Amino acid sequence: MSAPTLDRPAAPDEVALQAQFDATIAADHRIEPRDWMPEAYRKGLIRQIAQHAHSEIIGMQPEGDWLLAAPSLRRKAILLAKVQDEAGHGMYLYSAAETLGADRADLTDKLIERKQKYSSIFNYPTQTYADVGVIGWLVDGAAICNQVPLCRSSYGPYARAMIRVCKEESFHQRQGFELLMTMMGGTGAQRAMVQDAVDRWWWPSLMMFGPPDDDSPNSAQSMKWGVKRHSNDELRQRFVDMTVPQAAVLGVTLPDPELALDPETGRYRFGAIDWDEFKQVLAGKGPCNDERIARRRAARDDNAWVTEAATAYADKHAS
Amino acid sequence: MTDVTAEGGKNTPSSPPLASSGRAPGRGRRDWPLYEVFVRGKRGLNHVHVGSLHAPDDEMAVHAARDVYTRRNEGVSIWVVKAAAITASSPDEKDPMFAPSGDKVYRHPTFYEIPDNVPHM
Ligand SMILES: [Fe+2]
Ligand SMILES: [Fe+2]
Repeated sequence: MSAPTLDRPAAPDEVALQAQFDATIAADHRIEPRDWMPEAYRKGLIRQIAQHAHSEIIGMQPEGDWLLAAPSLRRKAILLAKVQDEAGHGMYLYSAAETLGADRADLTDKLIERKQKYSSIFNYPTQTYADVGVIGWLVDGAAICNQVPLCRSSYGPYARAMIRVCKEESFHQRQGFELLMTMMGGTGAQRAMVQDAVDRWWWPSLMMFGPPDDDSPNSAQSMKWGVKRHSNDELRQRFVDMTVPQAAVLGVTLPDPELALDPETGRYRFGAIDWDEFKQVLAGKGPCNDERIARRRAARDDNAWVTEAATAYADKHAS
Repeated sequence: MTDVTAEGGKNTPSSPPLASSGRAPGRGRRDWPLYEVFVRGKRGLNHVHVGSLHAPDDEMAVHAARDVYTRRNEGVSIWVVKAAAITASSPDEKDPMFAPSGDKVYRHPTFYEIPDNVPHM
Protein backbone atom coordinates (compact mmCIF):
# COMPACT_ATOMS: atom_id res chain seq x y z
CA MET A 1 0.00 0.00 0.00
CA SER A 2 1.39 3.40 -0.84
CA ALA A 3 1.86 5.70 2.08
CA PRO A 4 -0.91 8.24 2.29
CA THR A 5 0.01 11.85 2.50
CA LEU A 6 1.11 12.84 5.96
CA ASP A 7 -0.11 16.38 5.71
CA ARG A 8 -3.58 17.39 6.59
CA PRO A 9 -5.51 18.23 3.45
CA ALA A 10 -6.20 21.90 2.86
CA ALA A 11 -9.00 22.87 5.23
CA PRO A 12 -12.23 22.39 3.31
CA ASP A 13 -15.23 24.41 4.10
CA GLU A 14 -15.78 24.44 7.85
CA VAL A 15 -19.51 24.40 7.22
CA ALA A 16 -19.23 21.04 5.46
CA LEU A 17 -17.12 19.65 8.28
CA GLN A 18 -19.59 20.86 10.86
CA ALA A 19 -22.41 19.27 8.87
CA GLN A 20 -20.54 15.97 8.75
CA PHE A 21 -19.91 16.15 12.50
CA ASP A 22 -23.55 16.96 13.20
CA ALA A 23 -24.68 14.08 10.99
CA THR A 24 -22.41 11.66 12.86
CA ILE A 25 -23.87 12.78 16.20
CA ALA A 26 -27.43 12.69 14.86
CA ALA A 27 -26.93 9.12 13.61
CA ASP A 28 -25.65 8.20 17.09
CA HIS A 29 -22.30 7.17 15.63
CA ARG A 30 -19.08 7.78 17.50
CA ILE A 31 -16.67 10.63 16.94
CA GLU A 32 -13.11 9.30 16.68
CA PRO A 33 -9.85 11.11 17.42
CA ARG A 34 -8.93 11.93 13.84
CA ASP A 35 -12.34 13.31 12.93
CA TRP A 36 -12.85 17.00 12.63
CA MET A 37 -14.71 18.30 15.67
CA PRO A 38 -15.81 21.73 16.87
CA GLU A 39 -13.24 23.33 19.14
CA ALA A 40 -15.81 23.68 21.93
CA TYR A 41 -16.54 19.92 21.75
CA ARG A 42 -12.84 19.12 22.05
CA LYS A 43 -12.25 21.56 24.91
CA GLY A 44 -15.37 20.49 26.75
CA LEU A 45 -14.36 16.85 26.50
CA ILE A 46 -10.85 17.53 27.75
CA ARG A 47 -12.33 19.39 30.70
CA GLN A 48 -14.77 16.58 31.52
CA ILE A 49 -12.36 13.67 30.96
CA ALA A 50 -9.55 15.37 32.89
CA GLN A 51 -11.90 16.09 35.79
CA HIS A 52 -13.01 12.47 35.71
CA ALA A 53 -9.40 11.20 35.61
CA HIS A 54 -8.38 13.49 38.48
CA SER A 55 -11.30 12.16 40.53
CA GLU A 56 -10.06 8.59 40.10
CA ILE A 57 -6.53 9.57 41.11
CA ILE A 58 -7.49 11.75 44.10
CA GLY A 59 -10.12 9.13 44.98
CA MET A 60 -7.34 6.72 45.93
CA GLN A 61 -6.48 8.85 48.96
CA PRO A 62 -9.46 8.57 51.32
CA GLU A 63 -9.50 4.78 51.04
CA GLY A 64 -5.74 4.50 50.79
CA ASP A 65 -5.60 5.98 54.28
CA TRP A 66 -6.97 2.67 55.59
CA LEU A 67 -4.62 0.31 53.74
CA LEU A 68 -2.26 -0.06 56.68
CA ALA A 69 -5.11 -0.30 59.19
CA ALA A 70 -7.29 -2.88 57.42
CA PRO A 71 -8.67 -5.30 60.01
CA SER A 72 -7.52 -8.48 58.25
CA LEU A 73 -5.25 -9.65 55.46
CA ARG A 74 -8.34 -10.46 53.38
CA ARG A 75 -9.71 -6.91 53.74
CA LYS A 76 -6.30 -5.46 53.04
CA ALA A 77 -5.88 -7.43 49.81
CA ILE A 78 -9.36 -6.38 48.67
CA LEU A 79 -8.77 -2.72 49.47
CA LEU A 80 -5.39 -2.76 47.76
CA ALA A 81 -6.94 -4.22 44.61
CA LYS A 82 -9.70 -1.63 44.70
CA VAL A 83 -7.34 1.31 45.12
CA GLN A 84 -5.14 -0.05 42.34
CA ASP A 85 -8.19 -0.22 40.07
CA GLU A 86 -8.86 3.46 40.71
CA ALA A 87 -5.31 4.25 39.57
CA GLY A 88 -6.05 2.21 36.45
CA HIS A 89 -9.26 4.16 35.85
CA GLY A 90 -7.27 7.38 36.00
CA MET A 91 -4.82 5.96 33.45
CA TYR A 92 -7.57 4.90 31.00
CA LEU A 93 -9.03 8.38 31.21
CA TYR A 94 -5.76 10.29 30.79
CA SER A 95 -5.16 8.09 27.77
CA ALA A 96 -8.54 9.16 26.34
CA ALA A 97 -7.78 12.83 27.08
CA GLU A 98 -4.52 12.54 25.16
CA THR A 99 -6.38 11.53 22.01
CA LEU A 100 -7.78 15.07 22.08
CA GLY A 101 -4.35 16.68 22.16
CA ALA A 102 -3.98 17.07 25.91
CA ASP A 103 -0.76 16.06 27.64
CA ARG A 104 -1.13 14.03 30.80
CA ALA A 105 1.74 15.62 32.70
CA ASP A 106 0.18 19.00 31.99
CA LEU A 107 -3.19 17.76 33.22
CA THR A 108 -1.59 16.63 36.48
CA ASP A 109 0.04 20.04 36.85
CA LYS A 110 -3.31 21.72 36.30
CA LEU A 111 -4.87 19.56 39.01
CA ILE A 112 -2.12 20.44 41.47
CA GLU A 113 -2.36 24.12 40.58
CA ARG A 114 -6.14 23.85 41.16
CA LYS A 115 -6.89 24.93 37.61
CA GLN A 116 -8.91 21.76 37.04
CA LYS A 117 -11.39 20.16 39.38
CA TYR A 118 -12.12 16.70 40.71
CA SER A 119 -15.22 15.27 42.36
CA SER A 120 -16.22 17.08 45.55
CA ILE A 121 -16.81 13.75 47.32
CA PHE A 122 -13.12 13.04 47.84
CA ASN A 123 -12.69 16.10 50.03
CA TYR A 124 -14.37 14.38 52.95
CA PRO A 125 -12.31 12.37 55.47
CA THR A 126 -12.56 8.63 56.11
CA GLN A 127 -12.96 8.52 59.87
CA THR A 128 -13.51 4.82 60.53
CA TYR A 129 -13.17 1.54 58.65
CA ALA A 130 -16.92 1.60 58.03
CA ASP A 131 -16.23 4.56 55.74
CA VAL A 132 -14.39 2.18 53.41
CA GLY A 133 -17.53 0.09 53.11
CA VAL A 134 -19.80 3.09 52.68
CA ILE A 135 -17.56 4.53 49.97
CA GLY A 136 -17.77 1.26 48.04
CA TRP A 137 -21.52 1.09 48.47
CA LEU A 138 -22.56 4.73 48.00
CA VAL A 139 -19.67 6.51 46.26
CA ASP A 140 -18.86 3.73 43.80
CA GLY A 141 -22.60 3.12 43.49
CA ALA A 142 -23.13 6.75 42.47
CA ALA A 143 -20.14 6.52 40.14
CA ILE A 144 -21.73 3.49 38.46
CA CYS A 145 -24.97 5.46 37.90
CA ASN A 146 -22.94 8.23 36.30
CA GLN A 147 -20.62 6.03 34.29
CA VAL A 148 -22.91 3.41 32.77
CA PRO A 149 -24.57 5.92 30.41
CA LEU A 150 -21.12 7.30 29.54
CA CYS A 151 -20.33 3.94 27.91
CA ARG A 152 -22.48 5.32 25.07
CA SER A 153 -20.85 8.74 25.04
CA SER A 154 -20.41 10.20 21.56
CA TYR A 155 -16.62 10.35 21.85
CA GLY A 156 -15.22 6.88 21.06
CA PRO A 157 -12.14 6.76 23.31
CA TYR A 158 -14.10 8.11 26.29
CA ALA A 159 -16.90 5.58 25.80
CA ARG A 160 -14.40 2.72 25.50
CA ALA A 161 -12.56 3.81 28.64
CA MET A 162 -15.90 3.86 30.46
CA ILE A 163 -16.67 0.30 29.39
CA ARG A 164 -13.42 -0.87 30.98
CA VAL A 165 -14.13 1.16 34.11
CA CYS A 166 -17.69 -0.10 34.51
CA LYS A 167 -16.56 -3.72 34.33
CA GLU A 168 -14.45 -3.07 37.42
CA GLU A 169 -16.83 -0.89 39.41
CA SER A 170 -19.19 -3.73 40.21
CA PHE A 171 -16.47 -5.36 42.31
CA HIS A 172 -15.97 -2.05 44.11
CA GLN A 173 -19.58 -1.68 45.07
CA ARG A 174 -20.07 -5.29 46.09
CA GLN A 175 -16.98 -5.46 48.29
CA GLY A 176 -18.23 -2.34 50.09
CA PHE A 177 -21.70 -3.72 50.62
CA GLU A 178 -20.34 -7.04 51.85
CA LEU A 179 -18.03 -5.25 54.28
CA LEU A 180 -21.03 -3.33 55.67
CA MET A 181 -23.17 -6.46 55.92
CA THR A 182 -20.38 -8.09 57.92
CA MET A 183 -20.20 -5.13 60.29
CA MET A 184 -23.99 -5.00 60.62
CA GLY A 185 -23.85 -8.62 61.75
CA GLY A 186 -21.30 -7.71 64.41
CA THR A 187 -21.49 -5.84 67.70
CA GLY A 188 -23.72 -2.90 68.53
CA ALA A 189 -20.68 -0.63 68.35
CA GLN A 190 -19.93 -1.89 64.83
CA ARG A 191 -23.50 -1.29 63.72
CA ALA A 192 -23.36 2.22 65.15
CA MET A 193 -20.13 2.79 63.24
CA VAL A 194 -21.85 1.84 59.97
CA GLN A 195 -24.83 4.11 60.69
CA ASP A 196 -22.50 6.98 61.53
CA ALA A 197 -20.63 6.51 58.24
CA VAL A 198 -23.90 6.41 56.29
CA ASP A 199 -25.01 9.63 58.03
CA ARG A 200 -21.83 11.39 56.96
CA TRP A 201 -21.61 10.11 53.35
CA TRP A 202 -25.24 10.11 52.19
CA TRP A 203 -25.63 13.80 51.31
CA PRO A 204 -22.16 14.21 49.77
CA SER A 205 -22.95 11.13 47.62
CA LEU A 206 -26.08 12.84 46.26
CA MET A 207 -23.97 15.89 45.45
CA MET A 208 -21.73 13.72 43.24
CA PHE A 209 -24.25 14.05 40.42
CA GLY A 210 -23.54 17.75 40.20
CA PRO A 211 -25.72 20.82 40.53
CA PRO A 212 -29.45 20.64 39.80
CA ASP A 213 -30.42 20.81 36.14
CA ASP A 214 -31.51 24.45 36.26
CA ASP A 215 -28.08 25.41 37.61
CA SER A 216 -25.83 23.24 35.45
CA PRO A 217 -24.32 25.49 32.77
CA ASN A 218 -22.53 22.85 30.67
CA SER A 219 -25.18 20.14 30.76
CA ALA A 220 -27.44 21.19 27.87
CA GLN A 221 -24.66 21.45 25.30
CA SER A 222 -23.05 18.26 26.57
CA MET A 223 -26.31 16.39 26.12
CA LYS A 224 -26.87 17.86 22.66
CA TRP A 225 -23.48 16.49 21.68
CA GLY A 226 -24.24 13.11 23.16
CA VAL A 227 -21.30 13.35 25.58
CA LYS A 228 -23.76 13.11 28.45
CA ARG A 229 -26.91 11.04 28.07
CA HIS A 230 -28.97 11.95 31.14
CA SER A 231 -29.34 15.05 33.24
CA ASN A 232 -27.81 15.38 36.71
CA ASP A 233 -31.20 15.28 38.42
CA GLU A 234 -32.32 12.21 36.49
CA LEU A 235 -29.19 10.29 37.46
CA ARG A 236 -29.49 11.42 41.08
CA GLN A 237 -33.09 10.18 41.18
CA ARG A 238 -32.05 6.81 39.75
CA PHE A 239 -29.39 6.49 42.41
CA VAL A 240 -31.85 7.23 45.21
CA ASP A 241 -34.35 4.74 43.81
CA MET A 242 -31.69 2.03 43.63
CA THR A 243 -30.18 2.74 47.03
CA VAL A 244 -33.21 2.97 49.32
CA PRO A 245 -34.08 -0.75 49.10
CA GLN A 246 -30.40 -1.63 49.59
CA ALA A 247 -30.33 0.42 52.79
CA ALA A 248 -33.33 -1.55 54.02
CA VAL A 249 -31.53 -4.86 53.43
CA LEU A 250 -28.52 -3.53 55.26
CA GLY A 251 -30.64 -2.27 58.15
CA VAL A 252 -29.38 1.31 58.14
CA THR A 253 -31.38 4.54 58.08
CA LEU A 254 -30.67 7.09 55.37
CA PRO A 255 -30.41 10.48 57.12
CA ASP A 256 -33.33 12.17 55.38
CA PRO A 257 -36.70 12.46 57.17
CA GLU A 258 -38.34 13.51 53.90
CA LEU A 259 -37.31 10.37 52.06
CA ALA A 260 -40.56 8.67 50.98
CA LEU A 261 -41.93 6.65 48.12
CA ASP A 262 -44.18 8.66 45.81
CA PRO A 263 -46.97 6.18 45.05
CA GLU A 264 -47.85 7.98 41.81
CA THR A 265 -44.44 7.86 40.19
CA GLY A 266 -43.02 4.88 42.03
CA ARG A 267 -39.95 6.98 42.74
CA TYR A 268 -38.54 8.29 46.02
CA ARG A 269 -38.94 11.90 47.02
CA PHE A 270 -36.02 13.24 49.00
CA GLY A 271 -35.15 16.36 50.97
CA ALA A 272 -33.30 19.46 49.83
CA ILE A 273 -29.58 19.17 49.18
CA ASP A 274 -27.31 21.74 50.80
CA TRP A 275 -25.89 23.27 47.63
CA ASP A 276 -24.00 25.87 49.62
CA GLU A 277 -21.92 23.10 51.13
CA PHE A 278 -21.32 21.69 47.63
CA LYS A 279 -20.15 25.07 46.35
CA GLN A 280 -17.89 25.56 49.34
CA VAL A 281 -16.22 22.20 48.80
CA LEU A 282 -15.83 22.83 45.07
CA ALA A 283 -14.31 26.20 45.85
CA GLY A 284 -11.60 24.42 47.82
CA LYS A 285 -13.04 24.88 51.30
CA GLY A 286 -14.01 21.29 52.05
CA PRO A 287 -12.52 19.44 55.02
CA CYS A 288 -9.69 17.80 53.03
CA ASN A 289 -9.09 19.83 49.83
CA ASP A 290 -5.69 21.11 50.93
CA GLU A 291 -4.56 17.72 52.19
CA ARG A 292 -5.57 15.97 48.95
CA ILE A 293 -3.77 18.42 46.71
CA ALA A 294 -0.70 18.55 48.95
CA ARG A 295 -0.39 14.78 48.80
CA ARG A 296 -0.79 14.71 45.03
CA ARG A 297 1.87 17.38 44.74
CA ALA A 298 4.20 15.41 46.99
CA ALA A 299 3.63 12.28 44.91
CA ARG A 300 4.60 14.16 41.76
CA ASP A 301 7.64 15.91 43.21
CA ASP A 302 9.00 13.37 45.69
CA ASN A 303 8.72 10.52 43.21
CA ALA A 304 10.22 12.40 40.28
CA TRP A 305 13.48 10.55 40.93
CA VAL A 306 11.78 7.26 40.02
CA THR A 307 10.86 8.45 36.54
CA GLU A 308 14.31 10.00 36.16
CA ALA A 309 15.95 6.71 37.18
CA ALA A 310 13.76 4.76 34.74
CA THR A 311 14.73 7.18 32.00
CA ALA A 312 18.41 6.80 32.83
CA TYR A 313 18.04 3.02 32.79
CA ALA A 314 16.32 3.13 29.40
CA ASP A 315 19.01 5.42 27.99
CA LYS A 316 21.78 3.14 29.24
CA HIS A 317 20.20 0.04 27.72
CA ALA A 318 19.47 1.76 24.42
CA SER A 319 23.16 2.40 23.72
CA MET B 1 5.16 17.82 22.51
CA THR B 2 5.31 15.91 19.27
CA ASP B 3 2.42 15.89 16.88
CA VAL B 4 1.46 12.40 17.93
CA THR B 5 -1.58 11.70 20.04
CA ALA B 6 -2.96 8.39 21.17
CA GLU B 7 -5.11 6.32 18.80
CA GLY B 8 -4.13 8.56 15.95
CA GLY B 9 -0.69 7.67 14.86
CA LYS B 10 0.77 10.26 12.52
CA ASN B 11 -1.61 12.58 10.71
CA THR B 12 -3.45 13.39 13.88
CA PRO B 13 -4.59 16.97 13.73
CA SER B 14 -2.40 18.24 16.48
CA SER B 15 -3.52 20.91 18.83
CA PRO B 16 -1.33 23.22 20.78
CA PRO B 17 -0.13 21.55 23.98
CA LEU B 18 -1.79 22.82 27.10
CA ALA B 19 0.36 25.33 28.90
CA SER B 20 3.01 23.68 31.04
CA SER B 21 3.85 24.69 34.55
CA GLY B 22 7.46 24.92 33.47
CA ARG B 23 8.57 22.39 36.09
CA ALA B 24 11.10 20.11 34.51
CA PRO B 25 13.50 18.51 36.96
CA GLY B 26 15.96 16.46 34.94
CA ARG B 27 14.71 14.26 32.18
CA GLY B 28 11.44 12.82 33.36
CA ARG B 29 8.14 11.44 32.28
CA ARG B 30 7.47 14.37 29.96
CA ASP B 31 9.94 12.94 27.50
CA TRP B 32 8.64 9.40 27.56
CA PRO B 33 7.17 8.32 24.25
CA LEU B 34 3.54 7.38 23.88
CA TYR B 35 2.86 3.70 23.26
CA GLU B 36 -0.34 2.20 21.91
CA VAL B 37 -1.29 -1.04 23.67
CA PHE B 38 -2.86 -4.12 22.04
CA VAL B 39 -4.07 -7.15 23.97
CA ARG B 40 -4.93 -10.65 22.78
CA GLY B 41 -7.89 -11.57 24.96
CA LYS B 42 -7.42 -15.29 24.55
CA ARG B 43 -5.90 -17.78 22.17
CA GLY B 44 -7.61 -17.66 18.81
CA LEU B 45 -8.40 -13.92 18.93
CA ASN B 46 -6.63 -10.98 17.36
CA HIS B 47 -4.75 -8.45 19.42
CA VAL B 48 -7.12 -5.54 19.98
CA HIS B 49 -6.24 -1.94 20.73
CA VAL B 50 -7.05 -1.12 24.37
CA GLY B 51 -5.45 2.25 25.06
CA SER B 52 -2.13 3.93 25.46
CA LEU B 53 0.53 4.79 28.00
CA HIS B 54 3.89 6.49 28.34
CA ALA B 55 7.05 4.53 29.14
CA PRO B 56 10.79 5.13 28.92
CA ASP B 57 11.40 2.10 26.70
CA ASP B 58 9.69 -0.85 25.01
CA GLU B 59 10.28 -3.32 27.81
CA MET B 60 8.95 -1.05 30.54
CA ALA B 61 6.00 -0.24 28.29
CA VAL B 62 5.05 -3.93 28.29
CA HIS B 63 5.35 -4.11 32.09
CA ALA B 64 3.25 -1.00 32.55
CA ALA B 65 0.67 -2.28 30.05
CA ARG B 66 0.35 -5.46 32.07
CA ASP B 67 -0.49 -3.48 35.22
CA VAL B 68 -2.78 -0.94 33.57
CA TYR B 69 -4.70 -3.13 31.13
CA THR B 70 -4.63 -6.75 32.37
CA ARG B 71 -5.31 -6.89 36.10
CA ARG B 72 -7.98 -9.60 35.67
CA ASN B 73 -6.82 -12.07 33.04
CA GLU B 74 -7.95 -9.75 30.26
CA GLY B 75 -5.24 -11.09 28.02
CA VAL B 76 -2.69 -13.75 27.17
CA SER B 77 -0.41 -11.54 25.11
CA ILE B 78 0.41 -7.83 24.89
CA TRP B 79 1.84 -5.78 22.04
CA VAL B 80 3.08 -2.26 22.52
CA VAL B 81 4.06 0.00 19.66
CA LYS B 82 5.25 3.57 19.71
CA ALA B 83 2.37 5.76 18.52
CA ALA B 84 4.85 7.64 16.36
CA ALA B 85 5.54 4.44 14.40
CA ILE B 86 1.94 4.03 13.28
CA THR B 87 0.96 5.31 9.89
CA ALA B 88 -2.75 5.94 9.65
CA SER B 89 -4.82 5.89 6.49
CA SER B 90 -5.73 9.56 6.61
CA PRO B 91 -6.59 12.36 8.99
CA ASP B 92 -10.26 11.56 8.67
CA GLU B 93 -11.94 8.32 9.69
CA LYS B 94 -14.30 8.80 6.75
CA ASP B 95 -11.57 8.28 4.25
CA PRO B 96 -12.03 8.49 0.49
CA MET B 97 -9.58 5.59 0.45
CA PHE B 98 -12.42 3.35 1.62
CA ALA B 99 -15.00 4.86 -0.68
CA PRO B 100 -14.21 2.59 -3.69
CA SER B 101 -15.42 -0.44 -1.73
CA GLY B 102 -18.76 1.28 -1.23
CA ASP B 103 -19.93 0.58 -4.78
CA LYS B 104 -18.61 -2.99 -4.92
CA VAL B 105 -21.57 -4.60 -3.28
CA TYR B 106 -20.90 -7.78 -5.29
CA ARG B 107 -18.05 -8.47 -2.84
CA HIS B 108 -20.62 -9.37 -0.20
CA PRO B 109 -22.47 -12.68 -0.03
CA THR B 110 -25.83 -10.97 0.43
CA PHE B 111 -25.52 -9.55 -3.14
CA TYR B 112 -26.47 -12.95 -4.52
CA GLU B 113 -29.97 -14.24 -4.46
CA ILE B 114 -30.17 -17.96 -3.80
CA PRO B 115 -33.49 -19.80 -3.44
CA ASP B 116 -34.37 -20.86 0.11
CA ASN B 117 -34.45 -24.55 -0.82
CA VAL B 118 -30.72 -24.68 -1.58
CA PRO B 119 -29.18 -26.22 1.52
CA HIS B 120 -25.95 -25.25 3.32
CA MET B 121 -25.41 -21.93 1.58
FE1 LIG C 1 -13.13 4.31 39.55
FE1 LIG D 1 -14.45 2.49 41.93
